[in-house]
Parts: sequence; C-alpha cells; structure tokens
Amino acid sequence: MTPSSPRQLPASLWPALGILLLIIVNALFDATTGPGLFAPGSFLNLSFSSGAPAGALIDILNYGATFIILALGMAPVISTRGIDLSVGSIMAISGAVAATMSAAGFHPVASIAAALAISTFCGIWNAILVTVLNLQPFIATLVLMVAGRGIAQLITQSQITTFHDAALEFIGLGRPSFLPLPFPFILATLLFIATALALRKTALGLLLEAVGGNPAAARLAGIRSKLFISGTYVFSGFCAGIAGLIAAANIKAADPFHAGHNLELAAIFAVIVGGTSFAGGRINLLGAAIGALLMQCLITTMYARNIGADVAPLPQALLILIVCIISAPAFRTMLRTRKVPA
Amino acid sequence: MKSLLSARHLPVLTAAAILVILLAFGSLRFDHFASLSNFSNLLGDYAYIGIAAVGATFVILSGGIDLSVGSIIAFTAVLMADLLSRGVHPLIAAALCLLIGTLLGSLTGFIISIFSLPPFMVTLSAMFAIRAACFLVRDQSASINHPLFTWINQHLELDLGGGAILPLRSLLLIAVIAVGFIIARSTRLGRNIYAIGGHEPSARLMGVNIRATKISTYAISGFCSGLAGLVFTMYKQAGDPTAAIGLELSVIASVAIGGTLLSGGVGSILGTLLGVIILGTIRLLIDFQGNLNSAWTSIATGLLLLLFLCLQKLIMSLSRRRSSPAPAATRPA
Repeated sequence: MTPSSPRQLPASLWPALGILLLIIVNALFDATTGPGLFAPGSFLNLSFSSGAPAGALIDILNYGATFIILALGMAPVISTRGIDLSVGSIMAISGAVAATMSAAGFHPVASIAAALAISTFCGIWNAILVTVLNLQPFIATLVLMVAGRGIAQLITQSQITTFHDAALEFIGLGRPSFLPLPFPFILATLLFIATALALRKTALGLLLEAVGGNPAAARLAGIRSKLFISGTYVFSGFCAGIAGLIAAANIKAADPFHAGHNLELAAIFAVIVGGTSFAGGRINLLGAAIGALLMQCLITTMYARNIGADVAPLPQALLILIVCIISAPAFRTMLRTRKVPA
Repeated sequence: MKSLLSARHLPVLTAAAILVILLAFGSLRFDHFASLSNFSNLLGDYAYIGIAAVGATFVILSGGIDLSVGSIIAFTAVLMADLLSRGVHPLIAAALCLLIGTLLGSLTGFIISIFSLPPFMVTLSAMFAIRAACFLVRDQSASINHPLFTWINQHLELDLGGGAILPLRSLLLIAVIAVGFIIARSTRLGRNIYAIGGHEPSARLMGVNIRATKISTYAISGFCSGLAGLVFTMYKQAGDPTAAIGLELSVIASVAIGGTLLSGGVGSILGTLLGVIILGTIRLLIDFQGNLNSAWTSIATGLLLLLFLCLQKLIMSLSRRRSSPAPAATRPA
C-alpha cells in the first residue's frame, strides 16, 4: 500500500471502524429492544442451514460482494481523476443480455460471455468518449447512465425477463460445497486478489498512480496516459458486467428499471470513503473493499430499523460530501489559518 | 474575427438545421404533425424541462454543472403534495417550495465555491441526497386534488386559436426565458457569469466577486428547479418521489444543443429554448411513430448530446488554431 508516516493511520481503518460501529449499534438494539444479542433473527446470530452458515453477517458478505466488485472497478477510474457514473446502467444491460439469452435457450456459458463482452464494450465506449473525444468523464459516463437504462429496456422489451438456469443462478445464489460461503463473495475475493496483484506486484499500480497524480508529468515521463485511463474505464465496465450477472442471478430475472439503481453512488461511496482521493494519484483497493462492506452494513442496518432502501443514499451522499470537504486542500488551509493567532 | 464569430454560431445553426430536418421529416411522414396545436402541447409538456434548463444554462455559462436539477424538481413536487395534503394554502406551499429550491441551490453553490470542490462531485451528492430526501417526505406518489389547481388548469391559459392553447406552465416558461434572457444580456450579474466562464483568473483580476457570482448561479438554478417542480405538479397533478429521474441529461443536452459550451463563457438562453424544442420534437416523432419503445427518447437525447459535444470540441480546436499563431495581433495596443 501507499507509504504513510507512522503517525498517520491507514485510510482503510476508517471504514473498518464504521463497520464496527454499525455492528455495535445493531447489537445494542438487539440486546435492549430486539430479540436478544445472539437470538435467532438478531444481527450477530449465525445459524447453519443445510451445512452453510447463514445470518445477517453472512448476508452482508453476500450482498456486499456486488459493491466490492463495483468498487474494484471504480477505484482505478477515480485514481486517474475520472468517474464512472454508468456502472448501474451497465449492470442492467449485462443482466438483460444474460437473462434474454438464457430465456431464449442459449447455453449459460454463451449468455455469460455475451453479457460480459457487451459490458466490456460499454467500458470501451466510455473510454473512447473520455480519451479520444476528451469529454469530461462525468458527462461522458452520464450519457450511458441515462441512455444505458434505455438500452436495457430495449433488450428486454421493457419487461422483467425471468430465467431458469441452474448455472446462471449459481453466480448469485450458489454455495460451493468445498467452501460454504456465498459464491458472489468468493467471486469478489478472487477478483480483489487478482486486481491487487496486478496493481501491486506489477508496475501497473505505480504507472496508474503516476497518471492520476500528474497526467502531464506522466506523459512527459513516457507513460501512455490515455492508454492507462482507457484501461480503467474498460475494467470498470467489465466489473459492472459481473455485478450485473450477480444482481440478475439473485432474483432469477433481469429488471431493466431497477437493476443497479443507485449503485453508481454505492461504488463511489466505497472508493471515496475507502481512502482513494478524487484528486487522483492514489488507489486504496483494500479501503474500497472495506468501504463496500460498510455500505452493505449501512443498508442492512437501515432495513433492520425499518427504513426503506430508497432513503439509504441520503447518509451515503452526505458522507461522500464530508470526506470530499475534509480532504479538500481549501479546507485544510482554512483550518491552518484559523489556528494561527491573529 | 468574423469567421470566429460564425464558428461560435455553428452549434446554433446546426441545431436550427436539425430542427428543420426533424420538422420536415415529421410533416412528410405523418399527417397533422406540424400543427400549431401540436407545438403548443409540446411546449406545455416540456415546460418544466425548459424552466430547469434556463437555470442550468447560467451554471454552465459560469463553467460549472448542476446534476441536482431532477432531484430538486422531484423534491418540490413531493413537498407540494405533502403540504397540500396537510391543508396548507397552495400559495404559501408554492412560496415555501421556491424558497427551499433556492436554498438547496445556494447550499451546493456555497460548498462548491468555499471548498473549491469539483461541481459535479458536489451536485452529484446533492442529486442522490435530495432524491433520497423525497422518500423521507413521501415514499409513494400522492395525487393532488386542490380546487385552485383545477381552476388554474381550466382557466389560466392563452387561447391562440386553431386548437392551440398555452396553459399557465407554458406562459411561465416564456416568462422565465424572458427574465433569463435579460439577466444574461443586460445585467452586471449576467456579464460577471460570462466573464467567469470565459476565463476565471481574468475575471478575478477584473474585480468580479467570483464566490458570490458562482453561488448566485447555483441559487438561480435551484430556484428554476423549484419552479419547474411546481410546474411539474400542476402538469401531472401529483407529487411522485421517482419523478424526473435522469432529467439532468435532458437538461444538459438542451443547454449544449442550444450552443452553450460546457466549458463555460459562450452560449445563450434563447439557444437553450431551441434545445428544449428539439428534444420535444424528437419525443413527438417517437410518439407519432407509435410502435417505438419510449426508451428511445433517452437514447436519442444521449446521442444528440454527444453529437453537439463533438461539434463544440471541433469549434474549440478550430478557433484555437486560428488564434494561437498570431497572439500579438489580437493584443490591444
């Protein structure tokens, strides 16, 4: 990870503390007004259904996996001072492609391959708009964010397409017999390890951070900045495609209207709260993954307190804003000038 | 200089040409397409987008962006429905909605300019936060059955003859465009906004209050979005927390199609009206076709936005190439 002075705490500690805080809050609620600290139905309860662990904590790993995968794609994009607002819509497109092909009788491998190929193509499309046409990333990806949902509707003809395919459903609902954890979480872990290895064991991470830190200097140093920036959008599209497959498999259907709804915010939340600066030049993958789990903890907590999922973006957006303000150079100079006695 | 001027007018000319092509295509293909009543309906249907787009034009002219317009529209609409159901008088509720819209806009503008944060980051957060706040007020669509609303919809309208009627919302759109035009063209605020969008350091050296001007643009955008939300409630007779999702794309597209550069400094309010009319005409064509999925509207909007952004890039690179070889010639003595 990035070198830090001994006095500075690692950035991934903050979302981890957030998770701990939410777990304590839930445990307190369960112990005082709820069913009891470890009773069935409580937050910390772990039961075993047909040999696999189940409970709220396992659910967080299960549903948080989608956020982790999106955050893995989003972190490199943000580290090059970009943003990808289209991930939610790419999820909808990916799910729509897989469900429609599966319903039409294609082999699951073909459906999955097609869904991932089209998602990757969506990433290439974003990359072209950002690096060839030089559009501002938020405008370039806003187009696919809004129009992409339209494309997903065209694919499923504005219907919720259901499918019955054991292999496809396994992506979202599976529990491998050798490791009885939710398959999405295993997938997310593997993807995390692969991404972390690629970034930290090769020069890729260093070069990306150079491009994000100072694109002009990186170009002068002989780094093909545009190629690296393109790569981040393509990878983000690919990750969104996997997330879209999981989302569709979870409900055994593709919902072009609601699949991936608000998840662009979830991904940005995980990355920013996880310590990757939107000013560029720094990637904190571990922080992003923990931030993604914090995100799911927040949602599970809200469900447990009977607060609708539609309200969840409110605390997320405010937290993003607070992190942005705290890390803004203008805020720091403001603090520094306050401390100096007049 | 003259060719540069015409290059700057190229987007508006292209937009006008596209409108003519769309109209010609529509009238050749469908009977009764290019009628006055169709277009007065179009103006009524797109009035709320137009009003929001006028506000967004100011933000974009100053070099910023406002992604929160759709959420503020939904929030004022839901708040209006909620206040009316609690027995608040509609005029008081409307004033409150406009005030809250303006305050929300000012707040985002304040955060952007005080902490020098990227506008898209702040307004994106605002977009999600305000949308979520809609669900705090009302988690479902609530219909509005106030006698004043029925009266407004039945009586406050301008009959142009030939079945063409301009309802209050279209008249409001025209009024907002007129006021916006005057602010942009002939007030100090308008000139300051153009100056900041053109070149912020120069504007600062000229003595323009950057912070106050930027906050005002977001306040104007918030006010316009609030008004658009009121118009939306009048139009739909309901307050729906899921209303106007994705509207920011239509608004930005209207502004860009109307010839306003997304980098700021160049553009006009009347151009934005042209942009809104083009988007409305595309919607009309899709509706007339009948068998097309309504999803095509958002796809067409996105593609049109991209087309005009490419055009803007082209013009920028052309004018840069023209001005860069001889910088001394353009310098005043």
